[in-house]
Amino acid sequence: MDYEAVIGLETHVQLKTKSKMWCGCANEFGAPPNTHVCPVCLGLPGVLPVANEEALRLTALTGLLLNCSLPPYAKFDRKNYFYPDMPKNYQVTQYDKPSAVTGYLEFEFNDSLARVRITRAHLEEDVGKNFHFDRNSGVDFNRAGVPLMEIVSEPDLTSAVMAYEYLNALKDILVYGGVSDCDMEKGMVRCDVNVSVRPKGQSELGAKIEIKNMNSFSGVRKALDYEIPRQIEVLKSGGKLIQSTRRWDDPAGITEEMRTKEFAHDYRYFPEPDLMPFQPTEAWLEEVSRRVIELPLARKRRFIRDYQLPAADAQTFVWDRPLGDYFESIAKQAKSPKAAANWVINNLRAKMTESGTTLADVKFQPPAILELIELVENGKISSRIAQDVFTEMFSAGESPAKIVEKKGLAQVSDTAAIEKFCDEAIAANPGPAADFRAGKTAALNFLKGQVMKLSKGKANPALAGEILERKLKAGMETGN
Amino acid sequence: MLNQLTLTELVARLARREVSSREATQACLDQIQRVDGQIRAFISYDAADAMAQAEAADKALASGQTHAQRPLLGVPIAIKDVIAAKGQPLNCGSKILGNFISPYDATVVEKLKAAGAIVFGRLNMDEFAMGSSTENSAFQVTHNPWDLSRIPGGSSGGSAAAVVADECIAALGSDTGGSIRQPAALCGCVGLKPSYGRVSRYGLVAFASSLDQIGCFGKQVRDAAIVLKAISGVDHRDSTSVPQPVPDYPAALTGDIKGLRLGLPKEYGLGSPGSAGVSPASAGGLDPEVKQAVEVALKHLQNLGAEIVEISLPHTDYAIATYYIIATAEASANLARFDGIRYGARVAGADPIELYSKTRGAGFGAEVKRRIILGTYVLSSGYYDAYYLRAQKVRTLIRQDFLSAFEKVDAIICPTSPTAAFKIGEKADDPLQMYLMDIFTISVNLAGICGISIPCGFTAWPKLPIGLQLLGKPFGEETILRVAHAYEQSTPWHKEKPPLAS
Ligand SMILES: [Zn+2]
Repeated sequence: MDYEAVIGLETHVQLKTKSKMWCGCANEFGAPPNTHVCPVCLGLPGVLPVANEEALRLTALTGLLLNCSLPPYAKFDRKNYFYPDMPKNYQVTQYDKPSAVTGYLEFEFNDSLARVRITRAHLEEDVGKNFHFDRNSGVDFNRAGVPLMEIVSEPDLTSAVMAYEYLNALKDILVYGGVSDCDMEKGMVRCDVNVSVRPKGQSELGAKIEIKNMNSFSGVRKALDYEIPRQIEVLKSGGKLIQSTRRWDDPAGITEEMRTKEFAHDYRYFPEPDLMPFQPTEAWLEEVSRRVIELPLARKRRFIRDYQLPAADAQTFVWDRPLGDYFESIAKQAKSPKAAANWVINNLRAKMTESGTTLADVKFQPPAILELIELVENGKISSRIAQDVFTEMFSAGESPAKIVEKKGLAQVSDTAAIEKFCDEAIAANPGPAADFRAGKTAALNFLKGQVMKLSKGKANPALAGEILERKLKAGMETGN
Repeated sequence: MLNQLTLTELVARLARREVSSREATQACLDQIQRVDGQIRAFISYDAADAMAQAEAADKALASGQTHAQRPLLGVPIAIKDVIAAKGQPLNCGSKILGNFISPYDATVVEKLKAAGAIVFGRLNMDEFAMGSSTENSAFQVTHNPWDLSRIPGGSSGGSAAAVVADECIAALGSDTGGSIRQPAALCGCVGLKPSYGRVSRYGLVAFASSLDQIGCFGKQVRDAAIVLKAISGVDHRDSTSVPQPVPDYPAALTGDIKGLRLGLPKEYGLGSPGSAGVSPASAGGLDPEVKQAVEVALKHLQNLGAEIVEISLPHTDYAIATYYIIATAEASANLARFDGIRYGARVAGADPIELYSKTRGAGFGAEVKRRIILGTYVLSSGYYDAYYLRAQKVRTLIRQDFLSAFEKVDAIICPTSPTAAFKIGEKADDPLQMYLMDIFTISVNLAGICGISIPCGFTAWPKLPIGLQLLGKPFGEETILRVAHAYEQSTPWHKEKPPLAS
């Protein structure tokens, strides 16, 4: 019998806000322990939370980016459980009235478009971090109260690699939208996985097994690569799976059982009385919707479609959004957007990297790149010379035409002048000339190079080749 | 003696520079020395700090600062041990906080200091404000100044006793189900519970967040009005505080209540003088002397020009059950932070779970444990809908009862407590009897409205104070203060002092 996996993901993402969720402490990774703390995020007696508006906006923005609807009424609840990293021993979260519901995420998978439904995105607070030393333990509360968003998917994923691609696509969107830096090294993203297996064709789901708290996408993939075959093996050997929670042991490469359903926590959720329900106004929603950006995948597909770019170039313009915008500012007028993309990616970006500058520092106007392409296309300058002209444009900001004129870089297509360079080249290099005559056609390229050199790169290379060949062949016939 | 002055009189004398804040503060400290060994209202106080504040106040007065700018300049005000004051112990009447010193000021403390008050002392209370007698304090039992064998009420028993025993000029307390009004009634002073959202809760250690409100105790109504004005207002640190302008409360005390309509809830077992009330809520519970004193007060208010109108609060019978579900549910989460990890007392354990249970087992008293267990139960999976959710629905109905009533009347009038102060230990083994002490006060917190208790007489023997309660609309403090003031100024009760105090 064949089995299939059914996977849903709960992805926790730290939001990119200046301050924490309920207080003014900095939301900043890497400070010495317990330096970004105050009475509020330490849960001292008597303190109250005040919701971070920007975190609410970023959660709503995420909802819009994930095609969710934003309910007119959201609220916070208390989730009760004791743990030393929890300052209040309850976590404030959105239980039954989250900020965003029922959306979907599309991503490229197996050469087609996969769509995973999003159940909800809700806002909560992160907890502190426990450290265990030789003789005692400590808690760093710098992370306690950092705004944390949880994005819950429907069980629409069917394999480890699909889960991995979903997570990457989700990350791209969140980074792109400025919602989170999603830096896994800094623990900004953590995942819980729900996975079950069932015989192919069966409609009801198998026992749901949750794998808790993985902090990398590759960890998720590896855990599923282990867990799915494990579950199938249990069923195949006549065993039974029960709803339970497991832990991924990364070094060992295995999952192990933490607790079964009968020992599941009762979190005793109830509405957080210290915070008012959140009812977004039209104006507030309008403000958030103005921050919606084109999704990375949509942008890539549009660049491929509208500008006939290869996928790699389109992807470059997705990653480097300002560069893509720069390209778009000239692409519509370009005869060959592909050529324009080449100049922007291979020359402009390279020069900026080399000089450590950004688009804001570029001295010439974007259409100058189109002018430069035009000069090459019209045979005014060679591609070689175009490189020099670009260098000059980049350093001085002058227009390509002006640089060509000022420096006398226009291509020489005057036959008489080129004939003179050819004669000189043949005369100075009797060896290669003889080689050519002896049938080594490759020697022509060497001689052509010499002509270009003598003309300081201005000779029309095609014309130089023709003339050289004629002269050498003529020599053969006359017996020179 | 200066400590016996009302806040209003002291301010007048300070303003005229007849007395100094140091003298007034010293008089309070002397009185504590003299009587608090018997009253035991203060858990602790820092005399040197109080005197330093008084000296600063005297300098401010000398430099020309006025009470128009800082209405409480130089006035010693003591604080219930549930409100955070920077550098002072914060124990909430419990052992579990150990030697905790608050590193920050509650918003009300900031406001009192800004208004020039001498903020001093930690006033005794039922542990985490859970109780109606102050017997649940882990520190000491506070005694009623009128009869030392009796309780002062609770949970703000220390605040009420200290004001009545003239150990301070005014005091702050907190009221979750009657914790200001009931001790004010039982000790014989003015106790004001503002509307929910009127006063910031930032720095008030939460018992039941949706019911808690800070309020004040005074020797007369005007004092309470002055303190209320100083501590009210929206606070960016408390999302549940309401951006409602703060009126000039003392200016509302016109003495004129002609034409005001006062509602008499038929469910509370009172009638116009002489008539028999029907009393499902408090059948058998309302003491005849209390009933009579309140009925005489009704007559008096009629004589002052108020109109008494019968109203109905049909969901009254459900108030106590509803309250004990909502309050304990919220408390079970609010008190979870006292775990011995970050601050407070700790009893070590082999692992965190053992540390928690040992710390909390040793740190919390019986009533607090009882309420945490109750609250945990009503929120548990499978019980939430039957208890918590249903209680929230009933709460809405109770609030509706009041809002409908306030369409017909300007304020509601009733007793504060069904009986006068009882004997220490009398109800200690019967929590349900204790819970019934809050029968007339608890609905006010569920509805989020405001209430004030003022003296309206004494029982015959022993002589114990009786409280009259006036309830107002949300943010209707001006009206109840006006009625309370008119009543007070035309009756002798507020002038009576317990023998001990003088
Ligand atoms: Zn903080």
